[in-house]
Amino acid sequence: MAAAAMAQKVLVPCSSSSSCGKVQFSPSRVHTQAIAFGGELSQSSSRKNKSLALKAVAGETSAPVTAKSGHEILLFDALREGLEEEMARDPTVCVMGEDVGHYGGSYKVTKGLAEKFGDLRVLDTPICENSFTGMGIGAAMTGLRTVVEGMNMGFLLLAYNQISNNAGMLHYTSGGQFKIPVVIRGPGGVGKQLGAEHSQRLESYFQSVPGLQMVACSTPYNAKGLMKAAIRSDNPVILYEHVLLYNLKERIPDEEYVLCLEEAELVRPGKDITILTYSRMRHFVLQAAKTLVERGYDPEIIDIRSLKPFDLFTIGNSIKKTHKVLIVEECMRTGGIGASLRAAIVDNFWDFLDGRPECLSSQDVPTPYAATLEDATVVQPAQIIVKVEQMLQGLI
Amino acid sequence: MLDFPGAKAAFTSRMEFISPNAAEAVPCFRILDDLGRALDGSDIPEVDSSLAVKMYHTMVRLQTFDSIFYEAQRQGRISFYLTNIGEEALNVASAAALTKDDVVFPQYREHGVLMWRGFTLDEFANQCFSNEAGHGKGRQMPIHYGSEKLNYFTISSPIATQLPHAVGAAYGLKMDRKNACAVTYFGDGGSSEGDFHAACNFAAVLEAPVLFVCRNNGYAISTPACEQYKGDGIVVRGRGYGMTSIRVDGNDALAVFKAVSAARKLAVEQSKPVLIEAMTYRVGHHSTSDDSTKYRSGEEIAHWRSVRDPVLRFRRWLESNAWWSVEDEKELRGAARKEVISAMNQAEKKNKPPLSELFTDVYDTLPRNLLEQEATLRDTVSKNPPSLAPH
Repeated sequence: MAAAAMAQKVLVPCSSSSSCGKVQFSPSRVHTQAIAFGGELSQSSSRKNKSLALKAVAGETSAPVTAKSGHEILLFDALREGLEEEMARDPTVCVMGEDVGHYGGSYKVTKGLAEKFGDLRVLDTPICENSFTGMGIGAAMTGLRTVVEGMNMGFLLLAYNQISNNAGMLHYTSGGQFKIPVVIRGPGGVGKQLGAEHSQRLESYFQSVPGLQMVACSTPYNAKGLMKAAIRSDNPVILYEHVLLYNLKERIPDEEYVLCLEEAELVRPGKDITILTYSRMRHFVLQAAKTLVERGYDPEIIDIRSLKPFDLFTIGNSIKKTHKVLIVEECMRTGGIGASLRAAIVDNFWDFLDGRPECLSSQDVPTPYAATLEDATVVQPAQIIVKVEQMLQGLI
Repeated sequence: MLDFPGAKAAFTSRMEFISPNAAEAVPCFRILDDLGRALDGSDIPEVDSSLAVKMYHTMVRLQTFDSIFYEAQRQGRISFYLTNIGEEALNVASAAALTKDDVVFPQYREHGVLMWRGFTLDEFANQCFSNEAGHGKGRQMPIHYGSEKLNYFTISSPIATQLPHAVGAAYGLKMDRKNACAVTYFGDGGSSEGDFHAACNFAAVLEAPVLFVCRNNGYAISTPACEQYKGDGIVVRGRGYGMTSIRVDGNDALAVFKAVSAARKLAVEQSKPVLIEAMTYRVGHHSTSDDSTKYRSGEEIAHWRSVRDPVLRFRRWLESNAWWSVEDEKELRGAARKEVISAMNQAEKKNKPPLSELFTDVYDTLPRNLLEQEATLRDTVSKNPPSLAPH
C-alpha cells in the first residue's frame, strides 16, 4: 500500500498529534485525524464552492468570529492566555526560564502566572540556558509538562546539546520508554537594531534535529492555539515567536480552541501563485499583496506555521492549482527553512511546477546594527511585489 | 556588617587573599581499612548478613559480566564495551542505600546500580547485542542501558548532560512531595563540564532534592585528575554553591552505604542537594577503544586491581563476620560465570530489531516523511541481495 501511494503521490492531510481531536474551533480548516495512506483526501471547507476573495488581507471572511463576539488581545497576551489555560487545566504544566516568575517575563508572556500558580510552577532560574533546558527535559521525562522560555531564541544556542542530543533523541534511544513533552519557546527573528546575536533565526539550525517538532506563530489567534497544542503534545516542540510581533492585536474567540501543530494556515486563497511564508514575513507578504491585488494579480498566501514537519498537503493542493511557488522567509539563504522547503517541493510536486520554486531570503550575513543596513538584510514588501510580478509575467 | 545584595559579610581592614587550597585536603571518610577490617572508633552502619551477602553477590556478578563482555568485544562479538572494574563497591553500595523510587541519572559507568535494582543478565546482554529484545530497541551503543521500570534513565553519551536532568526530576519530586530524591553520577572529568556547574548551582538555589555522586576515579580517558582541576577535587566546590558535601572512600562499601544513606535522608527531608565525592580508581581502560598502558604504568594498574580491589576488601569483612567462606566464593564465581556466558549466548542468537524500528519513536506517531522514507528503504532492500537488513 505504501509503495502504491508513493507512485501516485497521494497526499494525506495533517496526521496524528495528541493535541488534535480535542476541543477545537478552527472553522477555516477541516480537521482530520490520521488517515491511512491512500485514504480520502479532504478539502478545506472555506474554499469549496466559494468565489475567490478579493481582499489582500485576511478579513472577516476568514476570521473565526464575528465582529461582536470574542475579545481583542495582543499577541503576547494571547500566548499568556493559552499558557494560563493549560496550566489551570493540567497541574503538571510548569514554566521555567529567566525572569519568568515575579518579573512576569521579558516580553510579559508569563505575567501574573507566578502569582496565580506559585513560584514552583513558574520558576525563575539562574542564567544558564543549557541547564534549565536540561532541567526542563529531566522534569518532562519524569512526568511534568515543561515550558522552557529562552529570553531570546539566540540564547538557546547554549542549550543546543540538550535540545538535540536529549530532547530530540531520548525518546528514540530509550526505545520509547521515556517521552519528553517539553515546549521550548521564545522570541527570535530580526528585531529593531538588536544586534547580530539577538537577531537570529534558530529555526534554521534546529530544523535538522530528528525528534523535534517546530511551529511558528504569527497572529494572536494562532499564537494561542499553537501554544496550547504544543503543551498538549507528547513530542518536544519548539515554538518560535517573533520579537516584533508581540504587540499585534486581533480579535480571538472566547471559546476554547486548540490548533493543529502540523497544519498550515490558508491566509488568502488565490489562483495565480502560491506564496509560502511564516512569522513576521506573513505580514510583509500581506502588505505586498495589497498592491498586487490592485494590479490585478490573485496570489494565494499560505502561512506554513509548521516548520517541521511541513504541511505538504496544504502546500501541495495549492501548487497543483497555481503551478508557481514563491517562498518568503527571514532565514538566511543558506540552510534555512526556505532551502528545505524548496527541496521538499521539488521532490513532491515537480510535475505541477511551471518554473523553479523561488525564494526570497535574508543574505548570509550577521544582522548589522545600523538601521539602513539592517533593513537591507530583511526581505521588504517592495521586493516581494517585484518578484511576484516577474514570476507572473514569465520574466523568470 | 555590609549589606550588599550579593553578600552579608563583616568588613575587614586587612587585605587578605584567600589561598587557592586549604592547608589540608578535605579528609576522606572510611570505615574499613584496606584489608577490610573495621577501623577503631568506626560506626558500622546497619548492614545485616543478608544485605551484605546480596551486595557482595551483585559486585561479583558485575565483575564477572564486565570481564566476559570485555573479552566478547575483543573477540568481535560486540562492537564496544566499558567496564566498572575498581568501582564495584561504589556502584553497588550506593545503590543499596537508595530506594526504588529514587530516580537515577547515570553517566555510563554505573551498571552495578542497575544490576542492584534488578536488571537481569539477559536484559544487560540484549542491550549489548542490540537485539530485538533489548529495551533500547537496538538504538544505542552497548552499555547505554535504560529502564523506565527501574527508574534508571537511558544513558546518553555526552558527558554531564544528565546532571541538569536530575535537577529537573528532583524539582518534579519536590512539587509532588514524594519521599524520593534524584541521584546522578558523573566522573572527575564530568565535573569540568559546564552542565556540572549549572546543575549544582540550580539545585542549591532551587533547593532540589538531588544527590550528586562524583566517581573520582583518577582518570578521564587519559587525562589524570591533576590535569583536570587545580583545586582540592570536587568536594570543595560544594561550598562554592552553598551545598552540603562529603568526601568518602569509594572503595569502602560500608562507608559509601553509610554516606549515601545519610545524604539521601538529608535530601529528602530537607529538600536540599548533597554532593558526594567518592574517591576510587578506574582499574580498567576507559573503554574497549582505549589502551591505558599508554598513559599509566602496568604496575599502577596491577596494584589497584589486586591489593586495592574493593570487592576483595568487602569480602574480607564478610569473612571476618563468618558470613562468607571459600566454598561460597568458588560456588558464586562458577555460577556467575555460567549465567553470564549463557545470557551472552542467548542474546547473540536473537534477531536484530526489524526495519520498522528504525523509524518508530522518533515522534509519538509516525509523520508522513518517515512513512515515505520507510517505504523507500523497504523498496531498496527488496530489490537488493539479502545481505541488507533482514526484513
